[in-house]
Amino acid sequence: MARRLDRNTVLFFGGALVLFAVVQVLISVGVLTDYYSNILRIGAVMAIVSLGLNLIYGFNGQFSLGQWGFYAIGAYAAADLTYRWKLHDASGVAVLLMVVLLVGVALWGLGRLLSKIRGLDILSAFGLYLVAVFAAAVVGVRLGGLLTGPLTSVLTALPAGLASQIVFFIAIILGGLVAAEVAYLFGLPVLTLGSDYFGIATLGLTVIVKVLLDNSDTMFGFEEMKGARGMIGIPHQTTWAWVFFFLMIVVVVTRNLLHSSEGRAIISVREDEIASKAMGINVANYKTLTFVLGSLFAGIAGALYAHINGFLHPDNFNFIRSFDPMIIIVFGGLGSVTGTVTAAFGWAILLEGVLRLFLPSGFETWRFVVYPLLLLIMMLLRPSGLLGGVELPFLKQLMPPLRAAAKRPEGAKGGQA
Amino acid sequence: MQTNLGQAAPRTFSERMLRGRWIGKVMLVALLAYAAWAVGRQAVQAPALFMEQVKNGLQLGFVYAMIALGYTMVYGIVRLINFAHGDVFMVGAFVSYFAISRVNLHLWLASLMPGLPEGLSLLVGTVTVILLAMVTCAFLAVVIERVAYKPLRTAPRISALITAIGVSFFLEYFGALDFVFSPDFITYQRPFPVQVWYIKGGIHPLVPGSEVPAGSVLFSNIFIIIALTSIFLLIGLNFIVRRTKVGRAMRAVAYDKPTARLMGINVDGIISITFAIGAALAGAGGVLYAIAFPSIVFWMGIIPGLKAFVAAVLGGIGSIPGAFLGAMIMGQAETLSAAYISTPMRDAIAFAILILVLLVRPTGILGETEREKA
Repeated sequence: MARRLDRNTVLFFGGALVLFAVVQVLISVGVLTDYYSNILRIGAVMAIVSLGLNLIYGFNGQFSLGQWGFYAIGAYAAADLTYRWKLHDASGVAVLLMVVLLVGVALWGLGRLLSKIRGLDILSAFGLYLVAVFAAAVVGVRLGGLLTGPLTSVLTALPAGLASQIVFFIAIILGGLVAAEVAYLFGLPVLTLGSDYFGIATLGLTVIVKVLLDNSDTMFGFEEMKGARGMIGIPHQTTWAWVFFFLMIVVVVTRNLLHSSEGRAIISVREDEIASKAMGINVANYKTLTFVLGSLFAGIAGALYAHINGFLHPDNFNFIRSFDPMIIIVFGGLGSVTGTVTAAFGWAILLEGVLRLFLPSGFETWRFVVYPLLLLIMMLLRPSGLLGGVELPFLKQLMPPLRAAAKRPEGAKGGQA
Repeated sequence: MQTNLGQAAPRTFSERMLRGRWIGKVMLVALLAYAAWAVGRQAVQAPALFMEQVKNGLQLGFVYAMIALGYTMVYGIVRLINFAHGDVFMVGAFVSYFAISRVNLHLWLASLMPGLPEGLSLLVGTVTVILLAMVTCAFLAVVIERVAYKPLRTAPRISALITAIGVSFFLEYFGALDFVFSPDFITYQRPFPVQVWYIKGGIHPLVPGSEVPAGSVLFSNIFIIIALTSIFLLIGLNFIVRRTKVGRAMRAVAYDKPTARLMGINVDGIISITFAIGAALAGAGGVLYAIAFPSIVFWMGIIPGLKAFVAAVLGGIGSIPGAFLGAMIMGQAETLSAAYISTPMRDAIAFAILILVLLVRPTGILGETEREKA
């Protein structure tokens, strides 16, 4: 079916290509040193996490503080795979592949089964899901063990460079999928909570993930993750091309989703849950869909982040950091894709670049004094975000504006947190 | 999950089985039974150790209650999760540290009237230190409220939340500067000497350097001071909220701001007072926490703040008795799970309890069910 490309689409992809090429050339020539390209890569990674959160909070109105937990899950899952492959051991890939596959099948199958039973309460359903996922994971680990030998020999037969890139790609996708499956399982009971309670429960997820990572070597037998000492020796495979590729995919997926009828349903849930329900929208399904998709993005971003510095520490995934994507999306303007991406890069450049390099000597410790002050001033001057309502033409197309929260009566409860 | 309005209630046993509602309850009961067994088995083996843990849990619970009340009051009145509250708690601890080790504030009565018994003058001195921390924190909170939160009262709630996070970062890292507090751990000097007693067939004072008899429960004047101060402040708070005009105004504002304003209540003033009272309690909590765990650092407010926040949510955010109940549960859960289940996992266990409680009671133990508003 031939479709005429519209002008905005051509401009958008052309612009993106030019931007990518310019930065890539600058990196190759050596104008942008490793330090600066690092900032850009971190900016892109933060943009992906924040786009995920923007989907959950900005477009669907679910106040989630769990984004950082899913980011951590994706980072550690992917790092484990590539770390093992560096030692010529495909067991990580094989096992995680089987586990993700079987858990996915179990979640889907149980979902179909349970939808037949009327009147099942959430607690019971959650319990059944937990049992099913546990069983599927155990079987997956066994099957993965059987698959390890053949997979290792197949990957070893390939050229080394190609094999490691393939493993890296699989690791990113699996990292995202693990995060998404955890999000599905966790979101099932928690998404029924009211807005602030949902936020706190997801904050709890972030704390729990951090504690589990702290004890990954002593209690769960992942020796290579080294628990609270931090995981080292992860291959540095995240290039500008990889992050840009995934950022573009995430942007396009977000844009296309929001312009589909599912996207309209997602936005209508943000505007008014009860009215959406009355219009025949399955609110629970759309909440789950957005939460899982947003977490998938977080997992992908985590996987990319893990391979930037080659070092992961549980402290990076502290719950305090889970406010970073929240700050970014509020600054970029809730419900603005352009704003989120801009704010993410701005955040990375400000925090890692400007405040690190240009504070006068003797004032290095002022970095985190200046940052909150800027945050306060910006918030007081522009409470609706820097680019609230501004959107590139390609991304815009009939995006319904955020409901003006300022006009709501004081003390009203609802989607806004 | 779909709701199933319009379905007939199950009549027979098999119908009820098919509904499957029992599955979750059975699992929950099994989990609780496991926890009770894990704790109870060892409690029976070593009852003295168990009593000691319960006492530690009480001590922690009282401190958490002091912080949780501030969270819950502020949330109840402006629907803001005040993330800077944990750092106000930290400021309280530091103020008392400087008052004690730089100014010797705890000795003012002793130096003024040397004739008084030492215990009495130190008690008065300790109370003075706590009062100073409370007043400083209350003042700080009012300033924060006026500068950072008040201009955003009509903005979307997320803006105020981000601002609260900004204030929290600012207090922490401004405190970490060399000339403010310090970036390092500081050893806290208690305002009174520690006296330990043990209970074994009566209460005996423990002479330093002597053996503690096996199977005895130890407690110290730290525990007594924490318990008495918290109980006194909680009673005071209860009195203010239930019996005074300000308290009635606070409840009115929490219930319905526009109507409260129509009734002639100074809403902004009441919100400031709420912040001040909450922060004063947090300041007292900071001093008590530092007395119990005498090592202070600029980020010390984060974890107790988070725990207290969880406690407030557990009990039902917005409810004052709920915050107290939640804090007590959190204190016990933390010490008991650290002692009997798994020390490194205690934060995870605390949050797992929170999530489980929210699944059973979505607005906390004593929280009011959310009203539908148009």
